[in-house]
Amino acid sequence: MLLRTHTSPVQIRTMTSQEPPIRIIAPGRVYRSDSDATHTPMFHQVEGLVIDKGIHLGHLKWTLETFLRAYFENDDVTLRLRPSYFPFTEPSVEVDVGFSWVKGKRVLGGTENWMELLGSGMVHPKVLRNCGIDPDVYSGFAFGVGVDRLAMLKYGMDDLRAFFDGDNRWLQHYGFNALDVPTLSGGVGA
Amino acid sequence: MKFSLSWLKSHLDTDADIHAVSDCLNRIGLEVEGIENPAEKLSAFRIAKVLSAAPHPQADKLQVLSVDAGSGPMQVVCGAPNARAGLVGVFGMPGAVVPANGMVLKVAAIRGVESNGMMCSVAELELGDDHDGIIELPADAPVGQVYADWAGLDDPVIEVSVTPNRQDCMGVRGIARDLAAAGLGTLKPLEVPSITPAFACPTEIRTDDAEGCPAFYGRVIKGVRNGASPDWMQARLKFAGQRPISALVDITNYVMLDHGRPSHAYDLAKLTGAVFARRAQDGETVTALNGKDYVLNAEMTVIADEAGVHDIAGIMGGEHSGCSETTTDMLLEVAYFTPERIAKTGQALALTSDARSRFERGVDPAFLDDAVEIITRLVLDICGGEASDIVRAGQPPVDRKTLAYDTSRCATLGGIDVPAEQQKAILESLGFEVAADWTVTVPTWRRDIDGPADLVEEVVRIVGLDNIVSVPLPRADGVAKPTATAQQGIERKVRRAAAARGLNEAINWSFLPEKEAAAFGGGTWSLANPISEDMKVMRPSLLPGLLSATRRNMDRGASSVRLFEIGRRYLSDSERLTAGIVLAGDKSQRSWASGKAAKFDAYDAKAEVIALLAAAGVATDGLMVMGEAGDHYHPGQSATLRMGPKNILAAFGALHPATAKAFDLDGTVIAAEIFLDAIPAKKGAGFMRPAYSPPALQAVTRDFAFLVPEQLAAGDLVRAVKGCDKDNIVAVRLFDRFAGQGVPEGQVSLAIEVTLQPDEKSYTDEDLKAISDRVVAAAAKQGASLRG
Repeated sequence: MLLRTHTSPVQIRTMTSQEPPIRIIAPGRVYRSDSDATHTPMFHQVEGLVIDKGIHLGHLKWTLETFLRAYFENDDVTLRLRPSYFPFTEPSVEVDVGFSWVKGKRVLGGTENWMELLGSGMVHPKVLRNCGIDPDVYSGFAFGVGVDRLAMLKYGMDDLRAFFDGDNRWLQHYGFNALDVPTLSGGVGA
Repeated sequence: MKFSLSWLKSHLDTDADIHAVSDCLNRIGLEVEGIENPAEKLSAFRIAKVLSAAPHPQADKLQVLSVDAGSGPMQVVCGAPNARAGLVGVFGMPGAVVPANGMVLKVAAIRGVESNGMMCSVAELELGDDHDGIIELPADAPVGQVYADWAGLDDPVIEVSVTPNRQDCMGVRGIARDLAAAGLGTLKPLEVPSITPAFACPTEIRTDDAEGCPAFYGRVIKGVRNGASPDWMQARLKFAGQRPISALVDITNYVMLDHGRPSHAYDLAKLTGAVFARRAQDGETVTALNGKDYVLNAEMTVIADEAGVHDIAGIMGGEHSGCSETTTDMLLEVAYFTPERIAKTGQALALTSDARSRFERGVDPAFLDDAVEIITRLVLDICGGEASDIVRAGQPPVDRKTLAYDTSRCATLGGIDVPAEQQKAILESLGFEVAADWTVTVPTWRRDIDGPADLVEEVVRIVGLDNIVSVPLPRADGVAKPTATAQQGIERKVRRAAAARGLNEAINWSFLPEKEAAAFGGGTWSLANPISEDMKVMRPSLLPGLLSATRRNMDRGASSVRLFEIGRRYLSDSERLTAGIVLAGDKSQRSWASGKAAKFDAYDAKAEVIALLAAAGVATDGLMVMGEAGDHYHPGQSATLRMGPKNILAAFGALHPATAKAFDLDGTVIAAEIFLDAIPAKKGAGFMRPAYSPPALQAVTRDFAFLVPEQLAAGDLVRAVKGCDKDNIVAVRLFDRFAGQGVPEGQVSLAIEVTLQPDEKSYTDEDLKAISDRVVAAAAKQGASLRG
């Protein structure tokens, strides 16, 4: 028995149980044997998967750009795609996000510095075939990113462990009004 | 992989500087982890000559030197035993920073004698381990020149993180090939020497394990002198982070780093008879080069001779037969080992090595002969001797893969439209052969390529992912459907409702200390490798985590804690989605209107539970209140809410004082658990509603007071009454409870308000009498009698 180290099994379960087109987003708790200020043995990941006819890396780039600009509430978010390797995608792409240092803090935007943000790629044809999807007809992309990591970046937090401490003062500072639900009309922080 | 720029340029004809190389590497998927120029930290150290050396007047072990570093004599106090007049060494001026310890050199008095800098040892400049004396350079070394320039250290070192699929880039030449393909220069042709054998190989070489070692090439080289390897090779090994050992060992290491091709050199004198690859026997042992003993089994391939095992094949050589300074005759092994076997063996022995990391990813099966010749040439040049002919046992698996490729895939999968001619040029520069019908033959060193998607990746990464244009996802046809499952819907509603009610959402670890898990029913699942004892067992309940968080808050001076968490509990047969709540400290602060601060009680837990269940869509009126909340609750101040007698939706109440004490919590602590997965999922009506017109007639209320046995739950009475006449009774509410004077011992008086809604006509007295009778009869079934 193994605690899941990533949320990718959700992708497989979805592909084996649904017909394309598929568009899913799968958040969840994951576990790794790591412990310091920026790594905790338990954290959260969110994965996205799109399978359809004619999906290519351009769609992946647009999706990530759009998501990250919305999430960071910043239209200046710039991505850099780098070739990489993950066993379940081909081509595999590592995504860096541009930032600059302002008073010792990272501020997203621009192309001055780059930091690794997430892994992604086009779903490997073998994965599609094993899930009963014809890779000659369908293609798709997948990406995965740490939820806590995104939050640390957005809010300039430097200690991940605080997420799991339950400190009233911290929870009240970062907590949202329960009625603030993102909407198309009101945006992320409506 | 670490290598220097000049090393790279021995394979790549280019004018690019280190930054251009680095940018290009990142662009094509060879991530640069760091760039370091060893000369930078040595720029203040110059070649200097000791003009004179005199004893220090105050200290026996020190000397006072006069040193010329190009700008005339300077006085330096030195403690090195080898310091003497005429020595040419390396001098650090005042202001220079010593790399080994970060010390800034200053003009200082040492035992009363002024010293203007320092003559340095190899260790102080981080150029080696020797710290017994100062560096001695050849007498003709140019005094005054920056040492690092003279020594050829001005050579930036790049560290590249090679992804596991790119074995071919675990050698400098492979990296050069990729860079050439990306247009950074031209790959220099590989010059493979052809050595004329001086004699027939005297040692029988064979492979008895064709599965684990399909090919074992080798030759004997006699009459070698195994001294130190030449400076240029030592420098490159050091750039790569390797410690030079001896010429023969260094040569095999160097070729491994240069071509990604591991090999092994045996001392022929230590071998007995034939040398061959075979399976190990169960329980056989070998002492490896790292000095450790390894117990082998029959799943592992070894290189052995007639006397025993000498080498854990493809992973690490044995101590017994390794080359030493006394070696005069050597046997060279260049073999092909099956990657899966190497990976399994390495894992089983928990033994990592540079050779393993290459063999288990699959070295180029067509690069055995060339490797033998390249290594032999280096041995003959550096160590002398003469070589036998090459013995080739077995056959490496060199079948070349061919793929049918459609160039339009580059656009449809990769998102960049690259002209077919350019795709062809890129693939060819990477070593692929492209036929006119676009049948692509994969180079032997690219074991990772096995489909058109891999070819798309090759083209796209060389063209550059920067060129990918963002394209909006096409809108899906039809009306968007809800994506969340029913249970996710419930979870979301409960979370929002809890937050709206002023509870703070905490996220606690899924793991608990063993003791806390045991106190809450015990955890079935223990981690094999917990980060700490406090994170050992998967939680059987959400409450311990919330209680610990509560205690931490109390320790920080919080006066009131209201926490909830939604997450999974881990039971022996399932994971159960659960909401946990803990309320502790003050419910309300002292105030002018309400007086003293109020404390939480069990009814607060009940109120939270009812509110959250209602938010989840449960008809809470119909729930039964029963006991058996669990041992961690106070037996008299806790209950469960059930939908039917078996389905427990929630447990709540005051925490058992012993449990609170176990978590160092004082006073009453209130807790609740809502078992979200026990809530039956309903198909939501969305915004759809049946047509409705409000009743024309007003509702009527009637009060009833009953004497009931003390132990009867008021909820049972209310539910019984509510169900006795569904056509007329729309609401029933308890509004008074009284025990004492006028009420018999063992009984209480409960007063309820019953709301009746007439339909078309107003109630007649007879109607009301009939309803009233039904109410009294229903109450009687619960043991209640109407008070007179």
